[in-house]
Order: sequence, then structure tokens, then C-alpha cells
Amino acid sequence: MFKISTAPHFQTTDDTRHIMQDVIIALMPAAFTAILFFGLNALLVILTSVAGCVLFEYLACRYWLKTSNTTTDLSAVVTGLLLAYNLPSSMPLWMTLVGCFVSIIIAKACYGGLGKNIFNPALVGRVFLFISFPVQMTTWPKPELGNIFELDAQTGATTLGILKHLDGSTSATSLQGDLPEYWEMFFGNIGGCLGEVSALALLLGVIYLIWKKVITWHIPFYYVATVFLITSIMWLITGKQSYDPITHILSGGLLLGAFFMATDYTTSPMNKKGQIIFAVGCGVLTVIIRLWSAYPEGVSFAILIMNAFVPLIDKYVTPRLYGSRR
Amino acid sequence: MTKLKTFPLGGIHPDKYKITTDSPIIDAGLPEIVYIPVKQHIGSPAKILVSKGDKVKVGTLLADADGIVSADVHSSVSGEVIKVESIEGEFGYLEDMITIKVEGDDFEPSIDRSTDINREIELSKEEIIAKIREAGIVGMGGAGYPTPVKTSIPENKKVDTLILNGIECEPFLTADDRLMVEKAEQIVIGAKIINKILGIQNAIIAIDENKPHAIETLSKITKTYVGVNVQVCATKYPQGGEKQLITAITGREVPSRKLPIDVGCIVQNVGTVFAVYEAVMKNKPLFERIVTLSGDACLHPANYRVRVGTPASFLIDKSGGITEKVSKVIFGGPMMGTAAFNINAPITKITSGILLLSEELSHKTEPQDCIRCGKCVEACPMGLQPYLIGRNVRNEKFSELAACHVLDCIECGCCAYTCPVHLPLLDYCKIAKSELKKK
Repeated sequence: MFKISTAPHFQTTDDTRHIMQDVIIALMPAAFTAILFFGLNALLVILTSVAGCVLFEYLACRYWLKTSNTTTDLSAVVTGLLLAYNLPSSMPLWMTLVGCFVSIIIAKACYGGLGKNIFNPALVGRVFLFISFPVQMTTWPKPELGNIFELDAQTGATTLGILKHLDGSTSATSLQGDLPEYWEMFFGNIGGCLGEVSALALLLGVIYLIWKKVITWHIPFYYVATVFLITSIMWLITGKQSYDPITHILSGGLLLGAFFMATDYTTSPMNKKGQIIFAVGCGVLTVIIRLWSAYPEGVSFAILIMNAFVPLIDKYVTPRLYGSRR
Repeated sequence: MTKLKTFPLGGIHPDKYKITTDSPIIDAGLPEIVYIPVKQHIGSPAKILVSKGDKVKVGTLLADADGIVSADVHSSVSGEVIKVESIEGEFGYLEDMITIKVEGDDFEPSIDRSTDINREIELSKEEIIAKIREAGIVGMGGAGYPTPVKTSIPENKKVDTLILNGIECEPFLTADDRLMVEKAEQIVIGAKIINKILGIQNAIIAIDENKPHAIETLSKITKTYVGVNVQVCATKYPQGGEKQLITAITGREVPSRKLPIDVGCIVQNVGTVFAVYEAVMKNKPLFERIVTLSGDACLHPANYRVRVGTPASFLIDKSGGITEKVSKVIFGGPMMGTAAFNINAPITKITSGILLLSEELSHKTEPQDCIRCGKCVEACPMGLQPYLIGRNVRNEKFSELAACHVLDCIECGCCAYTCPVHLPLLDYCKIAKSELKKK
């Protein structure tokens, strides 16, 4: 007897696990730089976050959703990594676990699990921690290259924090000296969340993802380009250093967000046109929050707000039908 | 290097597996019994003219076209009609077939069996159409649409381009590829014959770049035939789809629910064009075709010239038979072909391949929940949103399907192929179509 089935009789060898594996590989350079600059503390936060997310995913599947064990698809590992990358290396580990709970249980399992959540789980976890523990979430250990075992590092400000104050009442000139050089921002020798500091590491990761065809270049490019364009215009008009476009791109969570968070399959639009609208929206909101709100950084809020628009974008922005052009 | 032509929207690149691209066409020989279905085409079944006990020759008319959209069916062997009744087809459903016991190999005397190439087209347009109709020619690329209907242009329509489809984008299949290499000049003459019917001077032979021999051979021959040109296309599935090919070659798009003729194009498979040559120049009805026997579980893959009605099992036995490795037998290609239930079912005018696939290659993975990756949307060559069609079908929201333009679906299977959670998206599209047609 032969098997019978409907066509096609070929299938891609790709599956969720492979895709998540590639994302994990793409995130590894950033883990490496995190440990390089922030020492074992960074590693501890990463390991706790990944373990926490996998554990909560397992518990949710086993005792609540009653589905098969979805930890094997590795999506919880990705969430764990991304959550850790959005935390300072000095984050107390129990707070990290709270973040894992919010990410996996509230932002993912409550909606029904992988593919059904509206908001990016790691970002929901981050924003929850940010609002609940503002002090710990804005204590930025100074990067110390190679000083891996130094567990009580000095703290400092993030680049965007400095930029924010350049406009403020404090003596701008003294702060200006604290601004890192472009190359420092590029390699990651700056204060910030542990995974977001090195532009180089993130760039390597996104190139890998595009090469592996896990994502296309559209969302990362349009997101970063929008931020670059608006800050450039503001910079040219006002001449203020707080609008310096290159600093805006290299600092804060922009690259991490544009490359790895806004490109999340589940919480981004389904077709190219929608994805471009989504990415431009993220860019506009990021700049608005960075330049004119009380917060120095706006990537998480920008992406979460645009996540909420995804169902609407998918409904009204449809791909071009074949035959609609002569 | 100039950019090769292709269609811009969607498409995928499955592994090619063109194992038999260098295997010359060999004659499959005669089986003991052939089963000739009276419906091997789109349209109404042909009316049976013979009855049990009749003696027939190769090329004898067995069944007469019933109406305009239908096609004549001829005997592919000489012998005695032993049964005229319903027999299990490849799906296990009953189909009307004429069973003939093979005795010798006598051809109808009108058929020119010489191997000479006849180059002069002497017949008039009407005579050519009549010949094609009498030969029972249908689209051999897979659809089986009667060729005379396709080449008869209504008064108010104008054709400016004839495209010969030599793309053969399905993995494994090499029947058209080999035909283009071995019968290149006949195909070109066939194109000129169809040109005469259409009243135009030019024809484009579209071949994709993974067929270097065919490109080389035909490029050489077309130099001596004014108006016939080879166009090399980039390899992409489903480029052999009529609409995709028209867009690749001319940049025009066939509007929804319209025909190629509405954008001034006629597309003919190269196999069909060869059959047209044989019908017009050699008086030979369509009773044999080239079939690729291949697959990763096939011991001796080859390209065969096969008489219509030959049981698939006869061919399979010639190629090493069924081994333990064989899990699926496919009539056609792996993307759009059908998995056979009954391998004694006959090869028809539209069977381009018989594939023996292993479990490993043809395995269907258990579907999981959609992760909204958007790959199906990106792959769809018609610009549809398969995930949405699937969701509406699963939730039985049939009223929302019309807005999904699901009737435009060409059933190429790109969506289902590309889905990383293995949703049966093409099945959903087919269900959606039938639901819409119910209304």
C-alpha cells in the first residue's frame, strides 16, 4: 500500500525550531560582548532569564494550556535571551525571574501561546520591570573591557541619558565630555542594557538572519532609516548635539529593537507593505519618545505601541494581487 | 550578464532533483494490456465508438469528441477491445476506460512513420485546426485543455505573442527538457504551424536556465527560423504556470478571471507543440508521450516514450520495480501531482511523470499553530494571503472568503511548501474554492 495525500508532496525542511536556532545563533555575538564588557554579572542575568523563561513555558504547557511541550521549539530561549539583553547587568536575579514570568505567562501564554500573542513577550517583560523597579532598571554599570570577574562595577549614565540632559538645566558643557565616541558606541564600550551596547555584535547577528532568510531587510532598514532621517532633519535645523543622528542610531536599544524585536514574526505584519508601515511607525514613535518625552529611551514603547496596530495593518494593508496591473 | 527574466511576485526554489536530464528518451515498449480513459482532458468525456470484440490499430479513433470542449481519443496499440467499462483510476475512483489486449503493432496506414522532418507548411489555417482536432491534442503540460479550442481566437480578440512553455519547473520532471533536446526542430516547426493559425509571425520558446542542453540546441536551430526565438528565464517555481510565464516574458499580467488571450498571449507546452507537428506533418494522432520515471526511491530513473493507456506499473517494473523504500507514487510532479492509490492506472495524455518517492522526501509533518511568519504571503505568486484563507476555512468563516480572492489561486502549492509549521495551506485553499463555488 502506498501513502496517499494531497499535493504538494514536498515540504520545506524548515521548522520553528530551526528558525529559533538561527535567531539564537544570531544573538550570540551580543552575548559575547555583554560578558566582555559587563563581566560574569551579564552571564548570570542571561542564564537566569533563559532558564526562567523555559521553566515558565514548560509549566504553562504542562499545567495550564495542556498542549504538547513547546519548550522544544526554542522560542522561550529566544524570549529569555531578548529579555536579558534588555536588562542592565546589575539586575537582581529575582527581578529577572519576575520579568520571565510576565514575558512568558502574561504576554504569551495568556494569549494562547506561540503565534497568538499580540505584544512582543520580552518587551512586555522589560516594560513591566521598568515600571515596577525603576531604580534597578536604570542603574547602568560602566563597561569595563575584559574585567570579567569585577562584580561591583562603577555605574554611569547611558548615552541617551546624557543626551537628554544636554538640553536640560545642568551645565551642558561638563556633560558633553561624558559622551562616548562613535567607535565606542559601535563596539559597545558604553553604558546600557547588557545586550544593546555593541552595534557591531548586533549587526553581525542581523546579517546572519538575513543571510539565512529568517528575516528580510525591510523592518530593520526602514526602522533605522526612519530614526536616522528624522534626527538628521532635527539636527540640521537646530544644530543641537542632542539630535546627532549617528549617536541616536548607535546608542540605546534601537539596533537591538530594530533587528531582533520589531522583526518578531508573531507581532509584526504579514506582508512587506505592512512591515514597512510598521517599521516606519516604530521609527517615528522612537524619535518622538526619545526627543520629547520624559524618557530618554523609547524603543520598547514604540515597538509595543506598533504591535497593537498589527492586526489593523494586516486587515487593511494587503499584498498586491496578481492581475491588478496590466 | 543581463538579468534573466522571471515573474516578480512570490515563488519558491525547491530542490530540483533533475536526475534524468541527460537520459535520452527510450521507448517503453508495449504492455500486454492498455486502459485508455475516454476523458483525459478538461471538458466532456469523448463518446465511445467501439465495442467489445472490435479489432483496432494504432491510431484508430476509439471515442469522438463530445462538443467543442472535448477531445478525440485514439488507440495507442493494435489489438482487440476486450472491455468497455468503468475501471479504477489512479485515485481509486471508477473511470470509463477502453481496455485493449495488445496484438502486434499495426499502425493505421494514414500515419507517416518515417523519421524525415517535414518543413513545408502547406495546409491552410482551417485545415490545420481540423488536423489538430482530429488528432485529439490537449495541453500536455498538465491541464489537458483541448488545444483546438485554445488556438481558435474569437473575432474580437487579438494575439501578438505565442509562448512555448519549456520551463518544466516541477522537481524531477525532465520530459519536456529531453523532448526539446531531441526534437528541437520539430518543436520549432510546430511553433510555425501554430503561428499560421494565429496569423502572427513570432514565437518565444521560454526555457529556464537549468536546461543548458535544451537552450543550446534550440538556440542553434532557431537561427534558421525567422520569428522563433529562445528566451532564457531564471529558475523559479511556478514559472511554468501560464500566468507566471506570461508575466515573466512580456511583463503583462492576466487580470483575475481572464484568459491569456485577453492580454494577447497564447501559451503552449512544448510537448503539445511537438504533438501539433506530428499531427499536421505526420498525420499522427496523440497516442504517445514522453514520461519521466524518477524519484529518490526509483532504482533506474529514465525518460520513456510511452503509449497512452500503458499502466504505470508497467513502467515502474521497467525501472527496477517497487522497493521497500517507496512510500508514495506520484502521477505528475511533486508539487502539483497526485499521489496514486492504484498504480495499475494508465498513463494519459497529461501524465508528465511517474515518481517513486521515499518516506523521507515526501513525509508530511504534523501541522502546528501558525507563527505568523508571513512566508506563505511572500511565496504566493498570485498575491494572496494563504494564512488568512486557512484561518477563515478553519473557523468556517466562509462568507469572508470572497474578499480573499481565493478563486485566483492556481494551486501551485508554494504556500504549503514554504510553511515552517507545515499547515496544509493548499488544502485550505481548495476547500475555500469549493465552498465558494457552492454558492
